[in-house]
Amino acid sequence: MKNGKAAFTLPGVLADVPTHYCPGCQHGVAQRLVAECLDELALSEKAICIGSIGCSVFIYNYLKVDCVEAPHGRAPAVATGVKRARPEAAVFTYQGDGDLASIGMAETMHCANRGERVTIIFVNNTVYGMTGGQMAPTTMVGQRTTTCPGGRCADNEGEPIKMTEIIASLGGTAYAARVAVDSVKNVRAAKKAVRKAFEAPQNNLGLGFVEILATCPTNWKMTPVQANKRIAEELIPYFPLGTYKDLMWEQTAEGTEVEG
Amino acid sequence: MSTPGERVLIKGNEAICRGAVDAGCQCFFGYPITPQNDIPEYMSKVMPNLGRVFVQAESEVAAANMLLGAAACGVRAMTSSSSPGISLKQEAISYMGGTELPAVIVNISRGGPGLGDIGPSQGDYYQAVKGGGHGDYRQLVLAPGTVQEAYDLIGKAFDLAFTYRNPVMLLGDAIIGQMMEPVTLGNPKDTGNKSPDLGWNLTGKGQRDPRLLKSLHLTDGALAGHNLHLRDKYASMEKDVLFENFLVDDAELIVVAFGSIGRIAKSTIRKLRASGKKVGLHRPITLFPFPSRELDKLAAVGKRFLTIEHNLGQMVDDVRLAVRKHADSDFYGHMPGNLPTPEDFEQPILAALGVNS
Ligand SMILES: Cc1ncc(C[n+]2csc(CCOP(=O)(O)OP(=O)(O)O)c2C)c(N)n1
Ligand code: SF4
Repeated sequence: MKNGKAAFTLPGVLADVPTHYCPGCQHGVAQRLVAECLDELALSEKAICIGSIGCSVFIYNYLKVDCVEAPHGRAPAVATGVKRARPEAAVFTYQGDGDLASIGMAETMHCANRGERVTIIFVNNTVYGMTGGQMAPTTMVGQRTTTCPGGRCADNEGEPIKMTEIIASLGGTAYAARVAVDSVKNVRAAKKAVRKAFEAPQNNLGLGFVEILATCPTNWKMTPVQANKRIAEELIPYFPLGTYKDLMWEQTAEGTEVEG
Repeated sequence: MSTPGERVLIKGNEAICRGAVDAGCQCFFGYPITPQNDIPEYMSKVMPNLGRVFVQAESEVAAANMLLGAAACGVRAMTSSSSPGISLKQEAISYMGGTELPAVIVNISRGGPGLGDIGPSQGDYYQAVKGGGHGDYRQLVLAPGTVQEAYDLIGKAFDLAFTYRNPVMLLGDAIIGQMMEPVTLGNPKDTGNKSPDLGWNLTGKGQRDPRLLKSLHLTDGALAGHNLHLRDKYASMEKDVLFENFLVDDAELIVVAFGSIGRIAKSTIRKLRASGKKVGLHRPITLFPFPSRELDKLAAVGKRFLTIEHNLGQMVDDVRLAVRKHADSDFYGHMPGNLPTPEDFEQPILAALGVNS
């Protein structure tokens, strides 16, 4: 408390339980942002969350909304089935980079291309977290992981995939942005993006997509502080932050940005 | 929607669609593969006109996972495919088994392994009945022998899926799918309720506690408990076993055959009966639960058995297990790539009877 004002309160939709995340892991921050937006947009009563595989899977223990678990990578297809069966629901997925950009690449792109009225929250920590730090499609060139011990080599493994740019290029996407949660300023911007990613499908404009650059201190073998520094110095230059598509913005007569 | 009692001449694939629509199927997710293309084609025309959902998915994997999502919402939902496509759906089928979700999957199977051919075959029996996906789960499997049965059983499939909260497969082949026969349409069961609250399904929590549908069980003993619960559920499905017995009472030899092969074998048996041969037919209609008790009863009174399949011998394992206390079963496998005629089965049946014709 500062000057008698609470610095934060627990969003009503966030369960008051300890999480299983490693110290400094930003899945917790990302999930908190999702919870705050669900509360602020009054969506928790009609929300249906699609849990996926990876460290993110336990989101269903932390958010007090209806949830179903999807096989690895298939959350966007499961979300499609949920949304088509129950169009009145606010449907969202919460997925890691291995989940969304590797095994689930087809499901992700086609869900966006069809313009499913769902929200995809994509946590990019450049590794497979849960399985012990193997290479992901987003692993940086030169980054050492347990399956590219010499460092990712573009000739052999390709370059890190920029998902937000790809998703923004697809016709059914209404909103696509990349954010980071490494600093207070970036967390504030991330919150706005998450909010818009929920608003776009709610406004029936198409898919809402937000990529959150996040740390995995455990598999990066870094302290949380070093990990945050890596986001600022190494990740953001390659994965530029910003809004890549925003039909809500384009739809305002004055062309001014819709404030969150 | 059909007019009850209406009689129409339709293909098996269309009968499946009409049965599903009449049974209140709200969502269909498909992907083209021969010989079931008539199903997504029909559904793409009919479902949107009824205000229902049709999605052509980007793959069978996606279609099955869309099905998982719709099933989690508690609506009547279905997908269809043929053998290689069903292989791709197995991951989601295992998840739906583990999560206990009601869903209907149609397999108008074709010849395999691999790309095989597009002709009829029963090579997917093991996959359908023993579980082509990972883990210890079962799905109910219904095998129609006529186009009428295809229409009737798809409605039954939805009922069973919801009774047991379990995936149900309708296993046909290119013969059933492509053959035209007159069908009497039944009473449409559609209640028009697209968002029921069944006590377990996802509706958006509203004022109640949140619901969670998952197949992950990490705490000590949780998975064991879940698997034992599933075992009891699968055992309770025994009361829904379905089969047809044809001229078995005085038969010395009983042919066991399912689906379109059962129907062809029935013609052979009629013909052999006309020349005084004491043969009958047992046609399992549910392949899981398997009519083991009925076969055991027949074996106990001294019947002998010949299993005929359109494969190298798969269901024969279940027949042997069922009759093992009293008898064994001979086997005749007709190879895929050929459409068998009733005449093809005459020699194998006579040989099993011990008659040299
Ligand atoms: C079909 C399938 N393949 C592989 C796995 C194993 N697996 C579990 S989590 C995971 C990686 C997840 O990584 P990511 O999506 O980046 O999420 P994170 O753990 O980093 O949050 C993998 C490969 C699985 N569960 N299912
Ligand atoms: S392994 Fe990485 S992603 Fe998973 S909880 Fe730990 S820090 Fe977070």
